[in-house]
Amino acid sequence: MRKVLTLLSYLLQRFLSIGLSLLAVSLLVFLMVHLIPGDAAIAILGERATEKALIELREEMGLDKPLYYQYAKFLWDIAHLDFGRSFKTKQPVIEEIKRYFPATAELTLAAMAFSILFGVAAGIIAAISRGTFLDYFSMSISLTGISMPIFWLGLMLILLFSYFLPILPSTGRLDVVLDLDVQSRTGFYLIDTLLAGNFAAFRNAVAHLILPAITLGTIPLAIIARMTRSSLLEVLNQPYITTAYAKGLPRWKVIGKHAMKNSMVPVLTIIGLEFGYLLGGAILTEHIFSWPGLGSWLRTAVEARDVRAVQGGVLFVASVFMLVNLIVDVLYAYFDPRIRVGNEDR
Amino acid sequence: MMNATAGTSQQYVFRKLLRHRSATIGASIILFFIIIAIFAPLIATHDPRHANIAERLKGWSGTYYLGTDGVGRDIFSRVVYGTRISLKVGLISMSFSIGFGVLFGAIAGYYGGRLDNLIMRVMDMMLAMPSILLAMVIVTILGQSLTNAIVAVSIVYIPQYARILRAAVLKVRELDYVVAAKVIGASNSRILLTTVLPNCIAPLIVQATLGIGAAILDAAGLSFLGLGAEIGEPEWGAMLNENRKFIRRSPLAVTAPGIAIFLIVLGFNLLGDALRDALDPQIDG
Repeated sequence: MRKVLTLLSYLLQRFLSIGLSLLAVSLLVFLMVHLIPGDAAIAILGERATEKALIELREEMGLDKPLYYQYAKFLWDIAHLDFGRSFKTKQPVIEEIKRYFPATAELTLAAMAFSILFGVAAGIIAAISRGTFLDYFSMSISLTGISMPIFWLGLMLILLFSYFLPILPSTGRLDVVLDLDVQSRTGFYLIDTLLAGNFAAFRNAVAHLILPAITLGTIPLAIIARMTRSSLLEVLNQPYITTAYAKGLPRWKVIGKHAMKNSMVPVLTIIGLEFGYLLGGAILTEHIFSWPGLGSWLRTAVEARDVRAVQGGVLFVASVFMLVNLIVDVLYAYFDPRIRVGNEDR
Repeated sequence: MMNATAGTSQQYVFRKLLRHRSATIGASIILFFIIIAIFAPLIATHDPRHANIAERLKGWSGTYYLGTDGVGRDIFSRVVYGTRISLKVGLISMSFSIGFGVLFGAIAGYYGGRLDNLIMRVMDMMLAMPSILLAMVIVTILGQSLTNAIVAVSIVYIPQYARILRAAVLKVRELDYVVAAKVIGASNSRILLTTVLPNCIAPLIVQATLGIGAAILDAAGLSFLGLGAEIGEPEWGAMLNENRKFIRRSPLAVTAPGIAIFLIVLGFNLLGDALRDALDPQIDG
């Protein structure tokens, strides 16, 4: 019971701090309008807005009222998921986010799965074959991976796998012909195509996903591999591992069960941090592969200085990022009981 | 006496750096690019901005070492001149971030209390967002140009320096010799400059070296998105973005600028890692 309570209070603290961070981000996003030189209403509606529209918007935002009033109004609106309308597409920003987010989520999750699977595996292999060629090989690959501009990596993958060796598509999420057959229900094409029972389309969607996911997942893969290696090496030096060996446990059990559970704690933290990187990297990756996701949408919005869209998009991405970090914190508490014990001491 | 020990410790760091292979490789790469940047007009074979539609999308040859791009500009010369832009971007934004980071970190650490709380809250918020997202917000506010991309990248990296400095200040603030300096009547700025700063030079140098690489990479990324360098400028990221339309016809045009970005960032990362090893006495290597 006490354990559950401390865990709950820990979570409550985390919730509060995330709430504060989000409030800060919302303040920044709110101030954006006022930091743009010139009239705020023109900044939002564009140079060619009609006088009538400008007056209406000034009225709606309360531009003649004090700043704190405007901020409160802004908070009230976003609490109701009202981010206003994009001046470029004239659509409500929240609708656009809903439309484009699944593509980004699918890409990000695929990249994450790729980087965790191969990153952890490479890290384990490097750690148990420490000092051998295999170790040096995987670690030098991961070192160069960190300096790699992902937008260039993506272009090179396109060059290799859709030009020199034309086996994978390089743009979009589905071939146009198939696009018409598949009705979008979840927005996740892998799920939608399966729900439609259209296996040709499913294979096509997977093929479209491979290059973008590798592009986006490579840097996290490199970092996860390095972290797994060093963390596992540290754990393997501890006395309880020697004890486990002395008990006569087989090697796979010592490493797979005893060592892995403890060495995964720092790896989890890294994975959480990398998620933020993935959301940022998705913007670049989507641009390379003409992936119709939130990143491409946000890029266009910034280019057009579509302020409402940028505000909504940034707030949304920041919220997702913080939510993921919260989930990681919960897992962290689960894997590392010291965090709970630490709270009890206080 | 002081000078003697300082001398030997400097020599020690230098010797350790020389022995470090990645330091040598990293420094050589950086030197290579610096030389190219300085002698760009001599190395380049063409005007990097001169378009010649008649010569568009040519393959590599004796006249165009790396071929030409979609409007007939010489890619080799553009990559050469791009070195100037990238080094400029890296150096300027790193200096800017260090300047403000040191200032904010020092104020936060030295004065503590509410000011500290306020400054570090803002820094935490900046760190709580993916860096390119923050840079995009700044570009939306300022408008699209290379200068604004530099400003955006600079602002994004301020928190890292502020944190280093604040931690260092907190460490020495209560030490006897700082209290002694206060008692003698030294001014706050003097105390910060003479006692606090020397204590965090090492981590700052490491962070600055890594920071130049990161700034170059981020600015190139912004330009690749079409949110940085103006169209036609020989900036590596912008070149990749312009040339990717012709990836099938002219693969070299998307290969060369990318290798340049990769190498220069690798150079700063290798040197930064080596400096960290050499300057941190706790890691023995």
